[in-house]
Amino acid sequence: MNLRYTIPLIAVIVLFLIAFLGAQVPGLQYVFGVVIPYLALITFVLGFAYRVIGWSRSAVPFKIPTTAGQQKSLPWIKHSKFDCPANTWQVVVRMALEILTFRSLFRNTRMKLKEGARISYQLELFLWVGALAFHYAFLVVLIRHLRFFIEPVPFVVQLIENVDSFFRMEIIYPVFKFGLPGVFISGFVLLAAVSYLFLRRLFVHQVKYISIASDYFPLFLIFGIALSGIFMRYVTKVDVTAVKELTMGLVTFQPTIPAGVDAVFFVHIFFVSILLAYFPFSKLMHLGGVFLSPTRNMTTDTRVRRHINPWNYPVPVHTYDEYEDEFREKMVEAGLPVEKMPQPAPAEEPASDSEPEQEEQKE
Amino acid sequence: MADETPKPEELIQIDHRPPKTDWMEVPVNIRKGMYCYASNPKSVEYVGLPHAREWNPLDEDWKLPENWQEIIHEGFKERLEKFRSFKVFMDICVRCGACADKCHYFIGTGDPKNMPVLRAELLRSVYRNDFTRMGKILGKVNGARPMTVDVLKEWWYYLFQCTECRRCSVFCPYGIDTAEITIMGRELLNLLGLNIDWIATPVANCYRTGNHLGIQPHAFKDMLDFFVEDIEEVTSVQVDYSINKKGADILFITPSGDVFADPGTYTAMGYLMLFHYLKEKYGLDVTWSTYGSEGGNFGFFTSHETMKRLNAKMYAEAKRLGVKWILGGECGHMWRVINQYMDTMNGPADFLEEPVSPITGTKFENAKSNKMVHIAEFTSDLIMHGKLELDLSRNDHLKVTFHDSCNPARGMGIFEEPRYIINHVCNNFYEMPANTIRENTFCCGSGAGLNAGENMELRMAGGLPRANAVKYVHEKYGVNMLACICAIDRAALPSLMEYWVPEVDVTGVHELVANALIMPGENERATDLRREDITGREGVEKVEEGESEGESEEQADE
Repeated sequence: MNLRYTIPLIAVIVLFLIAFLGAQVPGLQYVFGVVIPYLALITFVLGFAYRVIGWSRSAVPFKIPTTAGQQKSLPWIKHSKFDCPANTWQVVVRMALEILTFRSLFRNTRMKLKEGARISYQLELFLWVGALAFHYAFLVVLIRHLRFFIEPVPFVVQLIENVDSFFRMEIIYPVFKFGLPGVFISGFVLLAAVSYLFLRRLFVHQVKYISIASDYFPLFLIFGIALSGIFMRYVTKVDVTAVKELTMGLVTFQPTIPAGVDAVFFVHIFFVSILLAYFPFSKLMHLGGVFLSPTRNMTTDTRVRRHINPWNYPVPVHTYDEYEDEFREKMVEAGLPVEKMPQPAPAEEPASDSEPEQEEQKE
Repeated sequence: MADETPKPEELIQIDHRPPKTDWMEVPVNIRKGMYCYASNPKSVEYVGLPHAREWNPLDEDWKLPENWQEIIHEGFKERLEKFRSFKVFMDICVRCGACADKCHYFIGTGDPKNMPVLRAELLRSVYRNDFTRMGKILGKVNGARPMTVDVLKEWWYYLFQCTECRRCSVFCPYGIDTAEITIMGRELLNLLGLNIDWIATPVANCYRTGNHLGIQPHAFKDMLDFFVEDIEEVTSVQVDYSINKKGADILFITPSGDVFADPGTYTAMGYLMLFHYLKEKYGLDVTWSTYGSEGGNFGFFTSHETMKRLNAKMYAEAKRLGVKWILGGECGHMWRVINQYMDTMNGPADFLEEPVSPITGTKFENAKSNKMVHIAEFTSDLIMHGKLELDLSRNDHLKVTFHDSCNPARGMGIFEEPRYIINHVCNNFYEMPANTIRENTFCCGSGAGLNAGENMELRMAGGLPRANAVKYVHEKYGVNMLACICAIDRAALPSLMEYWVPEVDVTGVHELVANALIMPGENERATDLRREDITGREGVEKVEEGESEGESEEQADE
C-alpha cells in the first residue's frame, strides 16, 4: 500500500461521509450550506492574495528568461519573437501561449533507449491533451455554474451551456434517466481527464515515483466534485430551484437553507469548499505562480536595457593594481605594459601618475 | 581514473525504471567516478569563502560547522526573499513529470534523482518541512523531511550532477528552471564550505591571476607567442597582436581554456588570425588582456557574489584600457553571465561606447547597454558584408555538425549566427536531429564545473544523449567534426567523442573561419591549423615542422 495516495483517498472518503451524514442533521445543513462555503471563500481569497503578495515581495535580481528561440540580434537574422521575446508585447504573447495553450507542454517528447544503443525522442502529446482537457473542462464547468450565482443568467453563460450540451443522447431507464436535462459534455470530460491524470500517476513509473499526497488529494477531490455534480444532475435530479435559492442567498448575503435540497448537494458544496480552502496552500497555486515565473515573463533584451537588482551590493574584488603589484616584475620582463614601473631598491617618491612607458610587446 | 570507467557497452545498460523503494528511503551512495573531489581549503580561503577545511566526500564526517543546520535554514530563507525564481519554483511544481526524461544525466544514468523534478524535490522536501504548514503537518507522506546530514550529502551529490543546462526549463509548463535551483543549492552548500575543487581552485586562480588556469601574465603572452609561431608555420604569415594595450578599439576576452589546451588552442589561433586580418585590411585595433584573461566564470557555479567578484574584471579592464567596447570569444556559461547578469551586477558601463563594428558600420543594437558583443555576432556580420576573403574548400576535408552549447542556447538564444558562419566557411554542414539541437540541445555532460577527471563515468553518462546524436550524423553523413562555441565543450567533448564516437573531432567555429580565411601575404596552405591535409592540396609543399619549439622559446625569453 502506498500511503501517498491511500491517505488522500481516505481523506476524501471521510470528507464525503462528514458532509453526507452531516447533511442529514437539520441544524448542520446551515453549517455545510452557508458557514463553510463562506469560510472557504474567505480563505481562498485571502490565501491566494497572501501567496501572490508573498511571491511579489521576493526580489527579481536578475533577468533570467529561458531563451527558446533565436535572439533579436542582427537585422538580417530572423528573430524568434515569441520564444525569445525582446519586448513586453512579445512577452505577453509568450505568456498567453503558455497559459492558454500550454505551449511548453506541447513540446513534450518521450525518450526511448532502443536496441543498438540508439536514443529516440518522440513527440508525446497525451499529457498536453489531458492537461488541456482537464483545465478547459474545469473552466467551462465553472462558467456554467455562474448560472447559480447571477440572476438573470448572463448571455455568455447560456451560450456556453448551449455549446456544452449540443450533444444529446437520451437513455430513459427507471433508475438512470440520461439525456434529460441536456447532457453537459464538460462534466464528463472533466471526470475523464481527472481519471487520466490519476491513472498516469499510478502507472507511469517515473511519475508515480515523484508523486506525493498533495498530488493525489486534489485529483480525488475534483473527481468527487465532478462525480457528485453529475450524480445530482442526472441521477438524483436535485431540485435546481431550491439550490439556486440557496446559492443566490449566499451571493446576496441573505443565506437560507430551502427545504428539499438533496444530501448530495451538501457533499458537492462541501467538496468545493474544501478545494477552495486548500487551494492557496497547495501546488494548485500554479494558477497564480505561472504568471510570476521569471524564466517566462521577462524580456530577453538583457544586453539592451540594464535590469536593476534591488539588493545589488558592492563586493570585494581583486583590482588591477593589486594584480600588477604581484606580477609587475614578470610583466616588465615579458615586455608587457605596466601602469607603474618597478622601483629601484632605494625608496623613492611613489611613481608619478604620468603615462607609464607603454611598450609594444612586438619588436 | 579513466581505467575504472565502465566501457561504453556497460554504460549503455541503463534502466530508467525507478526502484520500488520510496526515494526518501534510498540513502545516497556517493560513488567513485560520479563525484568530484572536495575543494582545496587554500582555494576556498584565498577568496574568503567560509569554512575552508580538508574534507572528503567519502568520509562519514564532513567536519561541518556546529550550527550547520541553522546556516542552511537561514541561508534558504534569505534566498527565498532575494530570488523570486527560487520561491516560486519551490511552490508551484505540480510534478507532472514532463521534465523527467529531458535531463541528460537522467537519460545517461537512469538514476531517478537525476530527474529534474526530483533534483528539485531534494530541496523542496526541506522547504516544505521548514517553511510550509502543510509540510509540517503531513510530513513524509507529503514529501517533507527535516534537514539531516544524509539529506545534505544527497544535496551535494546531486547538485554536482546538474550542469545547469536549463533543458528541463524549456519543457516545464511553468518554466521551472532546475539550473536556478541548483545555483541556490550550491550557494547554500558553499556556506558550509562544501564546494568541489574543480570549481573552487579555478575561482581562486581567476581571482588572483585573471584566469581559471592560473596562467600568469608573462606565461599568457608566451602562449600567444607559441600560437604566432604555429600560425606562421601553416600560413607563412606572422600575425601581430596586442596585450594590455591602452587605447585599442576593442578589448577581446575569451576563456583561458582555449589558450591552454587542444583543440581550443586552434580556436585561439583562429582569433589571432582574424584580428590580424582585420588589422591589416581595415586597421582594427584589438587588444587581449592578462588581467581580464578569462571569459568564463566559475564563480557562477559557486555563488552570485563570487560570480560578480570575478566578472568585475571585464568592465574594470575595459575602463583601464580605454577601449570602446568589449568583444567576447566563444564560450558557454561566460555568455550566460554576460548576457543575463553582467550589466545588472557590474554595470552600467557608461564609460564604454555603444558597440559599432568599425568595419561594417553595423550597430550592435542588441548590446547597446552592456557593451559586449559575441564574436559570432561580430564575425557573421563581417561575412554578411563580404568583409572576409574566404576559401571554403580548405574545410572540405571536414564534414561538420554544430552542437548548440546549453548556455548560449537557452540563456541567450544565439542559434543562427554560428550556423551562418559555418555555412560560409564550410561546404559540408549537417544538422543533428531537431530534438537534440537549438533550444532542445543536449549538454556535453561536463558543464557547470563538472569537467574534472575523477568523475569520468558521470561525464560519459551525461554526455550520452549528445554523443548519440553525433553518432547518428556520423553514421548517416560521415560527419567527422563537431563544431561548438564553448570552451568547456572543447575541453569536454573530445573525451566524450573518444568514448562514444571515436571518429569525430571537436572544433571551435573560429578555427573553421581561420582555415578558410585568406590572409594577406599567405602561402598556399597545404594543411589546416592542425597540420591535417586539406582535400585536393596533397601536392602542395608543406612547411617543415620541428623548429617551432626552440624558436618560440627563444622569443619568449627575450
